[in-house]
Order: sequence, then structure tokens, then C-alpha cells
Amino acid sequence: MPSWLIGNAIAQWALYSVLLLLSARPVGGYMYRIFTGQRTLFHPVLRPVEVGIYRLTRVDEAEEMRWYTYLLAILAFSIVGLLITYGVERTQQWHGGFFNPQGLPNVTPVLAWNTAVSFTTNTNWQNYTGEATMSYLTQMFGLATHNWMSAATGIVAAVALVRGLARRTASGVGSFWVDVVRCTLYLLLPILFVFTLFLVWQGVPQDFSAYTVAHTLEGTTQTIAQVPVATQEAIKILGTNGGGIMNANSAHPFENPTPLSNFFEMLSIFLLGSGLVYMFGKWVGNTKQGWALWAAMFILFSVGFFTAAGFEQNGNHLIASQAHVQTLATSNQPGGNMEGKEVRFGIVDSAMWATITTDASCGAINAWHDSFMPLAGLVPLTNMATGEVIFGGVGAGLYGMLMYAILAVFIAGLMVGRTPEYLGKKVESFEIKMASIALLISPANILFFAALAIVGTWGTAAIFNPGPHGLSEVLYAFTSMNANNGSAFAGLGTGTPTLQPAFNFYNVTGGIAMLIGRFLFLTPLLAIGGSMARKKTVPANLGTFPTDGPTFSILLVAVIVIVAALTYFPAYSLGPIIEQFLLNAGKTF
Amino acid sequence: MTVTAPLPEQQEPTLQPTGHQGDQRRQSRALSIFEGNILRQATIDSVRKLDPRIQLRNPVMFVVLVGAVVTTIEFVRSLIPGSGLGADRFFIAAVSVWLWFTVLFANFAEAMAEGRGKAQADSLRRTRTEAQAKKLLPNGEIQIVSATELRRDDMVLVEAGDLIPGDGDVVEGVASVNEAAITGESAPVIKEPGTDIRSSVTGGTTIVSDYLKIRITANPGETFIDRMIALVEGANRQKTPNEIALNILLASLTIIFLLAVYTLQPFAVYSGSAVAVTTLVALLVCLIPTTIGGLLSAIGIAGMDRLVQFNVLAMSGRAVEAAGDVDTLLLDKTGTITFGNRLAFEFVPVGGHSERELTEAALRSSLADETPEGKSIVALAEQKGVQVDGVALRGAELVAFTAETRMSGIKLNGDSTMKGAVDAIQRISPNAPAELGEAADRIAREGGTPLAVAHNGEALGVIYLKDTVKPGIQERFGELRRMGIRTVMVTGDNRLTAATIAREAGVDDFVAESKPEDKIGLIRAEQAEGKLVAMTGDGTNDAPALAQADVGMAMNSGTQAAKEAGNMVDLDNNPTKLIEVVAIGKQLLITRGALTTFSIANDVAKYFAILPAMFSTQFPQLNALNVMRLSTPHSAVLSAVIFNALIIVALIPLALRGVKYRPVGAAAVLRRNLLIYGLGGIVLPFIGIKAVDVVLTVLHLTA
Repeated sequence: MPSWLIGNAIAQWALYSVLLLLSARPVGGYMYRIFTGQRTLFHPVLRPVEVGIYRLTRVDEAEEMRWYTYLLAILAFSIVGLLITYGVERTQQWHGGFFNPQGLPNVTPVLAWNTAVSFTTNTNWQNYTGEATMSYLTQMFGLATHNWMSAATGIVAAVALVRGLARRTASGVGSFWVDVVRCTLYLLLPILFVFTLFLVWQGVPQDFSAYTVAHTLEGTTQTIAQVPVATQEAIKILGTNGGGIMNANSAHPFENPTPLSNFFEMLSIFLLGSGLVYMFGKWVGNTKQGWALWAAMFILFSVGFFTAAGFEQNGNHLIASQAHVQTLATSNQPGGNMEGKEVRFGIVDSAMWATITTDASCGAINAWHDSFMPLAGLVPLTNMATGEVIFGGVGAGLYGMLMYAILAVFIAGLMVGRTPEYLGKKVESFEIKMASIALLISPANILFFAALAIVGTWGTAAIFNPGPHGLSEVLYAFTSMNANNGSAFAGLGTGTPTLQPAFNFYNVTGGIAMLIGRFLFLTPLLAIGGSMARKKTVPANLGTFPTDGPTFSILLVAVIVIVAALTYFPAYSLGPIIEQFLLNAGKTF
Repeated sequence: MTVTAPLPEQQEPTLQPTGHQGDQRRQSRALSIFEGNILRQATIDSVRKLDPRIQLRNPVMFVVLVGAVVTTIEFVRSLIPGSGLGADRFFIAAVSVWLWFTVLFANFAEAMAEGRGKAQADSLRRTRTEAQAKKLLPNGEIQIVSATELRRDDMVLVEAGDLIPGDGDVVEGVASVNEAAITGESAPVIKEPGTDIRSSVTGGTTIVSDYLKIRITANPGETFIDRMIALVEGANRQKTPNEIALNILLASLTIIFLLAVYTLQPFAVYSGSAVAVTTLVALLVCLIPTTIGGLLSAIGIAGMDRLVQFNVLAMSGRAVEAAGDVDTLLLDKTGTITFGNRLAFEFVPVGGHSERELTEAALRSSLADETPEGKSIVALAEQKGVQVDGVALRGAELVAFTAETRMSGIKLNGDSTMKGAVDAIQRISPNAPAELGEAADRIAREGGTPLAVAHNGEALGVIYLKDTVKPGIQERFGELRRMGIRTVMVTGDNRLTAATIAREAGVDDFVAESKPEDKIGLIRAEQAEGKLVAMTGDGTNDAPALAQADVGMAMNSGTQAAKEAGNMVDLDNNPTKLIEVVAIGKQLLITRGALTTFSIANDVAKYFAILPAMFSTQFPQLNALNVMRLSTPHSAVLSAVIFNALIIVALIPLALRGVKYRPVGAAAVLRRNLLIYGLGGIVLPFIGIKAVDVVLTVLHLTA
């Protein structure tokens, strides 16, 4: 690899990291102000709106919910949203020309179920081609609102857990309704306003006209979809939703037109996740507690990026051996494995995006992960398998990471000679029971459904690629759905009607997997928040297990790698790992 | 039980007790790690414990047991012609045997710990008496009954040479009792009614002189020692809260790995490389945390055991864990921080007499005084260079101390030199200057005790007796501070005295002019802040505080009420031992954490051993992951299984002895232990599995 390319990777990574680091404090500090009900810059304008909403909905601003009430509110909010979206999808053909200028037909029941679940759970797994399946109304009302709602839900769930950890001898973890309103008004709205304008400036369209039909040089016609992209693109990225309006997602020039938009979209994916970690530290009264988690996340992100970029840049030696294909990097082209990549982005930006989008539960893509080199493709797969705790989905990343923190404290904390404590609170049977359940959910969900898919034609018929690559595709699909990521290792016809037997296996099971991955995972963690809130806080002393330093960050990384990632190692060894070895031996799939 | 050599060095916490009487006995009760009788019994027990009902209590080992059964069935199948397993017969048999060994080794570890506990219990049990008791009937007659027939509130008479038949309170008589059976201290102690400490007697001790009437306070089988024996033997051992939590985590890790291995077969079948059942079971057993799963209960039992070796009996494992968590130590000044004996500190002359004059008189008056105070006066005088002319004193008449005169001294050739209570001396020396009273008051204000000295009715001055801080106590409090534990001294003394002692001893805080009842308020205040508090006590008025404290260590010489209220009893009556108890508690938790970390870290190497071997037929390219270069696929799997079994045995001594604890602060302890058990846990199995593979290859056992 020529040194200027290594330089490019390091420079992008460094610039990205510095900006991410610099953003954590202001964003996290601002979140802390919002969720503790303090005054913000936007109060003169938005506070009357907020109060008006409470009055209209009869929400008591001072209410303190117990954790299960908070959970029930989350579930109620999500289920209602899910049903509305399902209804909109199933009725779109009757919505009229203004809302459905293309006259798209109603979405089929199974696909509508899958999509409704997918957007409710912040997954945005898309078993359809957006511009050819969903009407404007469905996109904007049915789907885009979920981009807001599911993002806010994830954030406030993390806020409730953090509150529980920070409070002492308290019974409540806050009010879900108040948190959601504040999150939407003070956090999402202002940032999205600026971000949308930025995207429009970069050339992202925001219009309501019908699709344009263009005549190409070949003499054929081409339909160019124009949708109000900018508003959706902004929340899709910032809220780690990932569901594109266009099938090509963020590789499409309308969604991601320039290198600058690409860079800031990547930054936005981590923005709130990283800020939440800072907010956590501030809230528990020791920002170093937050930075210790941040550092662990950052280590995992960096390792992932350089692994993916390295394997991509190395390319495929089988192609390199063919004389007429230029795979070496020259001053004119980046070389490496360019299959499935948008040439505008090349190796580094694609590998970086893939790492970020799967570290977080975003799932927006700007390159086909399916076409990555096997071990480069293992990076997004592993990122998601950890439960997406590397900055993670908005909210979900933090509460997932806190689960690992509690487990790490419990496994290694005994070694200082005290029963484990986290943030001055004793970690006891109840917390371990809940954390264990949370830890169990992902492997059970992923491995069960993937195994189920692989043993019958209902699952295998959709696999386009034979051998280990096919297995990787199935594993990737369920890992992505469990983690509410939504990115796909294309090559699996999960939604293609021609491959449907009696019912579409992936649409049905995928919906279940997404619900489990979201709500079943979140439940025990909220329970931990509720239980921790009730506990006393023991002041730290010299004998306390330190969770605010580099030792803890490293321990956390080790626990995540050994406990989470290694669970999947047997399965991966038959997927991406063996594929890489077979490729080295000259066999491809 | 055979009593053997002293403990290996690691067995004691690195905190060394300062000058307490238990050292001698602690060694005599110590057992070597692998003791012949215990080994034999443990071997038998490990087979007996194969009972599935016992195994079910430990989910991790139960999975191994099921795995052993499954592979055994596979082996039987392999004997049937046409099963297709014939070629692998040796491999299946070997894996199966080693899985059985894995279960047996874990059983063995537990049986070892229990055996050692039983041995401890036996030595305790010997103190229990099966002797005859002289029961006092209501009509005053004496009936000879067996000690086991005694019930609570029975009255018994014990006379010189008798064994005290049960725990009780003295209601009549004064006698000296040898409590060596319990405390190991051979000097007899005086027992008499009406005092908190001296009125309580323990069954199994011997009365040396005089007689006592005792009211029995415990039914047979419920005495203090009986309950202790049951606990030490682990008969009714309850899992502690931390063990329960750890078990949950281990069970869930087991389920996760069960899922990972169970779903591997469909993936393997899809990939055209179905895996043999034996290999899948081997992978599962290697991944689940068998090391900690197998040693967990042994660690807990051994923790209790270590306390007993230290002559402290804990009422529950929970108390031992709580000891490790203690944030605040509440220490009585007297007896814990200071000797409690007042020793000569200064000679304060009055009325124009020189210090030398006073010193000589004080020395003369104390020559025959055998009390610690008297001895300390002699020592201080000699330190000041004042010598006694032995010849000049020949023929002197000694005046002993009596409660009436409240002074003692010496009479020689008509000269009398007396020392005693200030008012007593004032009485015999009517011309004593006011200065004398002032000096005495000053000393009393500072918490000291003044003793006045008079020669022929002329007051010479005052001896300042002062409570003395035990040597080395300051270093120990320093250690506690590094452990993150705050020490609070509680004393009835006034603030000034308390502050002086507190400064000398180096405690973090003190409470002066405290009444025993104040302790409970103090404990509650600390607990309200979320802190765990430990304290010691012996009197009945300590009982509520002992009950309130998270760790309440009662002295064995204390009242029954105090012992009932606390959750530990120190047989040596040495309150300073609370510090060691904390260290033992920490050691128990560290051992548990270290082996958990080690066990989980071990998985990395096992993946690298088994996975390439598993798919070697279909995907020989995976051999690139065989970083240990294990000779054959079968040998790789077998080596991992064997290592996994042997590591349990190898770690039994560590589990029983406990990981060494150094009071250096949590951050340093964590770094060190993470390096040893975390990083070590990742690296060691690579070496170990390779070593087993080499041995198998050399012996041509790789099939």
C-alpha cells in the first residue's frame, strides 16, 4: 500500500476522531441540561410549545415513573406507532395523487409488518425498494416520523437508565412523556434544522414533484426519483435509523452528494451516541466515568476501521493476478477492492462508513458490505454482534455499554476484594440476573433464527451466493435485525417475491427478531435502572474498584471481545473466516 | 485429624497481627493443603457427589456431567459395528474419560474444602464435653446427669477439676477457669457472677480452682460451638449473595455457549462439514466456565475455614463477605488500640522536692508491686537512671494494697514509703501542698491516672500513669487506610485524652466521651451513607451495636448476649483481629474474582485449539488458525479437554489457600490481578494445551 493511502486513512480517522472528541462535551453537556430540565438557549421559543404539549396531552411535568411504568409507556408509544404505520402502508393506494403521485399500490401484509416493525424499532431494515414501493405519505408520515420517534425512544431509555444510576434511594426514573417531548424539541429539532440546511446546501433535494423521466444517451428512458430527501436524510443519520428513501441509500448522490456531506453524515451518526456517554459521566457526577466508556468505544471503533480499511485496500489477489485489471493504487485511483463501492467515496470512506454505521445501529450504507473482502465484512458483522455498543444507536449504544460495564465490574471487580460496585452502588443478584438476561438475548435471537433459516429451503432459497458467503449473508441479516441496525449484506433475497415460498420467511421472522432485539433487550436494562435508583451510594475510597480510568476501559474492551464477540466465533469460522482462507487458496463464492 | 506443620507462607494474610496470643494456636489448628486422611476421604466423596441431584446445584458442572454421559453413550455406540464411529473409538473414549474426570475433579475440590472444614470441626468438637454434670435440683440436691441432658436454665455445680458441661452464666462463686480448649491461652481466667465479661463460661473449659454455680444458657446441639461446627462442616451451608449472583452469571454464560455450540451443527451441516457429537460436547465443555464453576463452592468453604484457622468463627459465609466490604472500622480504644493497662509515664514532684527524690521513693514503694502499673514504675525509674540498693532494703516490710487503705508501699527501719490514690495519700500526709491536688487534677483531665507518693507522711509528688498505644498499631491503621477503610476510635475518655491517643494511634477519626449506647447511633449514621461498618464488643450493652453492625465480632469471653448479637466470635478475645478478618474477607472475594476472570480468559486459547480441528476435513485451510500447531485434530480437541480438566486440580491449592492480598489500594490490586489472572488466563492455556499435545504425541496417544 502506498504511503499516501495510509496517510489518507490515518488523516481521515484522525480528523474524524478529533471532531468527535470535541463534540462530545458540548453535545453531552447540552443533553444533560435538557434532561435535567434546565434552561437552554431555545427556551424562549420552545418552552411555550413544550408547556402547550403537556397541557394538551395532560402530562404532569413533575411525574416520576417507576421503571416498569416507564417501560410500559415506551411500549405503548411504540406499539401505537407501529399500528399506525402498518395502517398507512396498507392503505396508501387510496391516499390520492397529492400523497401518492406515482399511484403505488398498497404494501403487502407481510412486508408492511416487517417494515412497520423495522421503523418502530429504529432498525430500518428495508425489504423493499423505497422509491418503488412507498408513497410520499408513507415515506414521510409512516416512516419518517418513526425516524424521530424511535430515535427519541432509544435516547430516553438510556436517559432513564442513567437517571437510575445517578440517583440514590429514589423510586422513579423520570417521566417518559416529558423526556420524549424534551428530546424531540430541544435536541433533535435544532440539530436537524441546521443539518438539513447543510445537506440542502450540499445538493440534497427537498421537493414534492413527481418523478422525472429522463432520456439517456443510449436512447432509453430513466425514471429519476425525487423525494423530500434532505429532511429524512438528516434524521436517518442523526437518529441512527439508516432507512434510506433511495434503494441505494447513502451511496446515492441525492442522499449523499459530496465528500463533505459524507464526512458530516458519518460524524452525525456518532454525534448523539458519543454525547450521551459524556452526559452519563456528567450526570453521575464524574465525567471520567463517561470518558472511560468513551475510550473503550473509541478503541473498538479504531480497530474496526483499520481492519476493514486494510483488507479492502489489500483487495482481491485473484483479481490482481489478472493482467488487464488494475488493482494497485496509483495517483489516479485508490486500487484495492472497488467492487460494490461508489467511486466517489473509494476505499477509505467506504470502510469508515461501514465501520461507523455498524458500530452505531445506523445501518445507512454507502457501499455494499456484501462485496467487502471476507474479513473486512467481518468487521461490520462483529460490530453489530457486540450489540452495537461502540457509540451505538442513539441511546441503545449507551445502555448496551452500561450492561457490559456492569458485567465487567462483576467479573473483575471481585479482584479488588470487595463485592462489586458500579458508581458506588452494589451490583447484586438482581442486577446480574437482568444483565445476564440482556446478554443472553442477542446470541439467542441471532443464532436461533440464523440456524432456523439455514436448515430449510424457506431460508436457503433466498441465498444468492453458495458456500460460506451465503452463511455470512444469513448471519448478517439476523445480526443486523437483532441489533436494530438495518444494514444488509445484500445477496440475500429477503424480500424478493420470486423467492417466497408459502410465506416470506425473512419478513416474518425478521420482524420478530427486531422486536426482541429492541424491546426484550431494553427491558432488563430499564429494570437495572430502577433497581439502581433505589440503592444507596457508597462514597468511593481507595479500596473501591476504579471504573473511571484506562484500566477499566481496557477491561471493558476485553470483556466485550471475549464475552460478546467470541460467542459467534464458531459460526463466523464457517462464514467470513473460512471464506478468507478459501479466497487465499483461490476459491471464491 | 493429624496436626501437622505450620501453614505455608501464603496461607496467612500478609497483614501480620501484632502481638496477640493466637499465633501459637493458629498454627496448631492449621492443616497442610494436601493432608493424607482428607485426601482419601475427598477422593471417595468426589465419586459420591456424582449424584445428579447434587450436581444440579451447580449448573456449569451439571452440563459437564451431561456431556460425559453423552460421550459415554457415543462410546458405546462406537462399539456397535456399522455405527460409523469405530474409527474414532479411542478418541471418543478418551474425551469421555476426561469429561468424567472434569466432573470428579470439581467434586474433589469441593470435597477437599469440606474435608478440611470437617477436620477443623473435629478439633472444635473435642472441646465439646460428654462428661457428667452435677445438676442442681430446685430442692438443692445434686443429681449426676450426662452433659447432653442439660437444658437451658438448668443449674449445675462445677468444682475444681471438673469440665464445664455447657455454655452458661455464673450465678455464684468465684473460680479460675482454664479456657485453653477454646482460646489456646493456658493462663486461667477468673470467673465470677455479676460482671459482663467474667460471668460467661463456655462448655468444654476446665475449672481449676474453687467452685461455680452456673445457669446453662443453651440446649445441647445449640451451643455456640455446636452451631460453629455445623457451619464449618458446611452441613447447612447457604450460598452467599455474591455466590448467588456469580452463579447466575455463570449459568447464563453456560446457556450462551450451549446456544453457540448447539446452533453450530446446522451451520456446519450447511457448510458440508457436520461435526461429530463428541467434538461438539468437547467444545462446549471447554467454553463454559468450568474452572470457576468447579471451584466456586470450594473457595467459599475454604474462606470460612481460613477464619477458623485464625480462631475466629463466623456465623455465616455472608459475614465473611461483608468483612471484605467494610468501609468503616469502629474500634474501642481500650484493649484494641491501647493495652488498657495504665503505665508510668512521668514523675511530677511537688512541694519543692526534686524529681530524683520522687523517683527513688516511687521505685522503693513499687519494688514488691507485681501489677503492670508497679512494674512500669520500676521500668520508668530505671530508665531515668535510678537504681535500688538491694542491701539497704534488707529486712524491709512490705505493705500490701487493700481496698480499705488504697495504697501500698514499703517500711524500713521506721521509714515508710507509700504510693496510692491521691486522697488516700492526702489523708496520711496532712501537710500536703495544694500543688499535689492540682497536679493530680491536671493528669486526670488529660485522661491519665495520678498516683501520689509520700515518704513518712510527706507528699513528694505524683506518678503520671497513662494508657499506652500498642506498638505497631499506627502501621496497621496505615494499611487499613490504603485498603480504603476508615478507622474510628470510640472511647469514654474526654476529648483531650481521646485526641492524644487518636493522634498517637493514627486513627482517622474518634468519638470521645461516648457511652456504649452511642455506638449504635454511630453505626446507623455510617450505614445511612451506604457504608458497611465493623466493630468488636464483649459486653451486653454492646449487643445492639453488634447486631446493627454489618460485621460484629464478639469476644469469646463476652456475654452470651454479645455473642448472639454479633456474626463472628473471636476465640482469642483479641479485638485487633478485626483487621485480619477484613483481610480474609477480601482474600475470599479476590480469589473468587481471580478464578472467574481466569476461567473466562481461558476460552480464547480453546477456540484456537478446537475450531480448526473441528472443520479440518472439509476446510483444511482453517489450519492456519491452529496457532499452537497441535499435531492432529483429535489431539487438539483432546488436549483442550485434558487441559480444561487438569487446570481445576492445579488450582485447588489456590482456591483453598486464597489469592494473596496486599493492602495497596484497589487500583494497584486490580492492575496486578488483571495482569496475572486476566492476561495470564489468556496466555497460559496456549502453553498448557500445547504441552498436553506434545505429551500425547510423544506417547502416541493422538489416535
